[in-house]
Amino acid sequence: MATYRTDGLGALGDPMRRAVFELVAAGPKAVGELARELPISRPAVSQHLKVLKEAGLVVDDAVGTRRVYRVDPSGVAALRAYLDVVWDRALAAFAAAVENTPEEPS
Amino acid sequence: MSVVKTVTVKAGQPHAFKVFTAGFATWWPSSHHIGKADMAEAIMEQRDGGRWYERGVDGSECDWGTVLVYDPPNRVVLSWHLNGEWAYDPDPAKASEVEVRFIAEGPDVTRVELEHRHFERHGGNWEAVARGVDTENGWAGLLRGYADIAAA
Repeated sequence: MATYRTDGLGALGDPMRRAVFELVAAGPKAVGELARELPISRPAVSQHLKVLKEAGLVVDDAVGTRRVYRVDPSGVAALRAYLDVVWDRALAAFAAAVENTPEEPS
Repeated sequence: MSVVKTVTVKAGQPHAFKVFTAGFATWWPSSHHIGKADMAEAIMEQRDGGRWYERGVDGSECDWGTVLVYDPPNRVVLSWHLNGEWAYDPDPAKASEVEVRFIAEGPDVTRVELEHRHFERHGGNWEAVARGVDTENGWAGLLRGYADIAAA
């Protein structure tokens, strides 16, 4: 059985889970709505939502008999995931620039 | 809550510091910006209390925050004034902080430690950010960025 990192970035590591998250980020949705828009089963959608919820990326509310998922309004886990990406990119570019820029005599 | 990153570069400490600060425009990814216009360059002023900001292709300027500590070649601390709408927020209480430390591990090897802290202070309206899913700086951009890294 696969194990998941529970931080935001790890939770977004799976492409289908990113797709689930992207749909939820576009507007609150129930499991059935998500399953209709994705090439995976309802149980598979539920499993992805469970991981996203544990990572603090989404929250769910009971609306009548349905459970509706939306992006965690505090958004801190999502923000952390975002910044993790930004800094990975930025520092990789920085390292390349440092090593490709001639060192001036000081 | 914080994000901590470390990168080791093959360069002396003064050079690594200089490229990070004076050379900011040479490496900051142009896709990560907050101004309305496409970014022409990102600038970090080299003094305590300086600005770090972007200049758009139309000449407009958009502040990112303040250089809180400029201590060459050891350390730079920046405040990052970003709000939930992905725009500049002048309120210092809502700004996060980025500290970058340059540690010489040898004459030509420098370890760079970056800590981005207090970003939960940006909070309040991240639903607005989530609604920005279709914009390059919103979730779509984030997910593409993540995919690029994951694929690398």
